[in-house]
Amino acid sequence: MNIRFSLFITSLTALLILVTPGCKKDAENTDENTSEQTVTVDSIDQQLVKDVKAVKEMFYSMPSPLEVAMILKDAGETYNQELLNPLNHTSRYVTTKSQALNLGIYTTDLSYSSLYDQTQTTIDYINAAKKMAEGLGIMHAIDNQTIQRLEANVNNRDVILDIISETILTSSSFFKENQREAISTIVLIGGWIEGLYIATNLVEKTPTQKDIDSNELIARIADQKLALNTIMKLKEKNKSNGNLDEVMADIQELKNIYDEIEIETSKVVPVKDTATNVTTLKSETSMTMTPEIYKQLKEKIDVIRTKFIS
Amino acid sequence: MNKLSHAFVLLTLLLIMPLFGQSQCKQFAKQVCKKELTPYIHNGNYNAAILTEGETAEMYKTFYSKQNYRVYICESSAMPRIHFQVLDINRNVLYDNKKNGYKMKWDFMPESSQQLIISLKVEDGENDSDGDPISGCVAIMIGIKQDGNDSP
Repeated sequence: MNIRFSLFITSLTALLILVTPGCKKDAENTDENTSEQTVTVDSIDQQLVKDVKAVKEMFYSMPSPLEVAMILKDAGETYNQELLNPLNHTSRYVTTKSQALNLGIYTTDLSYSSLYDQTQTTIDYINAAKKMAEGLGIMHAIDNQTIQRLEANVNNRDVILDIISETILTSSSFFKENQREAISTIVLIGGWIEGLYIATNLVEKTPTQKDIDSNELIARIADQKLALNTIMKLKEKNKSNGNLDEVMADIQELKNIYDEIEIETSKVVPVKDTATNVTTLKSETSMTMTPEIYKQLKEKIDVIRTKFIS
Repeated sequence: MNKLSHAFVLLTLLLIMPLFGQSQCKQFAKQVCKKELTPYIHNGNYNAAILTEGETAEMYKTFYSKQNYRVYICESSAMPRIHFQVLDINRNVLYDNKKNGYKMKWDFMPESSQQLIISLKVEDGENDSDGDPISGCVAIMIGIKQDGNDSP
């Protein structure tokens, strides 16, 4: 009995060790991330370095599909339904990668349409997103109750946005809970590329240097250079995932073009409005991009998006 | 055989507890934390973890020009206080909740798009009745508010 008991405990210990790499991986990644961070902050004091090294959890947060759509709307652009991924494409997406990419793409499309009060389109696109989510095993992200709630609130944009936010939260937490964070990253990349595709197609075909220097939407497109840094960090965090590696090959080509854009921001000064309790982060920014670089950027985004929805 | 059963139950619990914690954390973020962002709309991204007193977490995120944001740090009850700071990319402190009565919400609007770091630490508190450090769910919630001019 003693030998059997010892064998049993040994087997269970081995099982525990096998299961533990998820935690070990996080710790390793945190070490990698923090050591990289110290390279860029070498001027700060040792206590701060020690604090950074002690960070247990690092989050790299990409703009969500809802955020992407809000940025588009706030740049003052119009609605163009022809830019959305057609609904009849849903049957094309049968692999994990294509379902994840198009969950993000359809979620950006439905967020964009909801912000312009296109209620029927929003309902149609939430059904498309539902199909993608179900294909990925998230049966409860968008259920019939969600769609009924959406239909009952077609005239209440706040409720609609809340429903969309909730569905994104359900899927992103599902992937984290099931150690499928690479898939979550692919969803966000899909949604982000869709936002870039819509944005670049809402800009005039061939913007001049003057347009580039003054157009709010082009400035937001250039700002996405910052989000690329986050994508690169997420890639490091999810090493050796075949699907993500394939997507990242396209993103790297896009990054090569973004690297040509220069963005400089002055020192940030927080100024609090005591009446509203809102702090404005005052700073100035300058962005340098030529029409040629913009053209390359737009073409690359078109190519990647076409590939993602094919 | 009793020893065997006990060991099995113990190890099974050890294996499933972290998953149970994650699941609880998800429900907590959805049912409790999200509401506190109102009238801001949650961006949908899930950034939550089980932390123990003394532990820290950081979030790197790009915030966009002229968007109105709310950062809300949400923790499960019975946890010690949380000290959080918002830093620019050079780690200059832009907001420190310790200097603002440990408020867990901060509303802001960046004039320029930029990457910011939200850094938090669960302060040391009194241990629980068994003398163990206290652990719980901590979520970093980001809300966005639409501009006033939102007519279609």
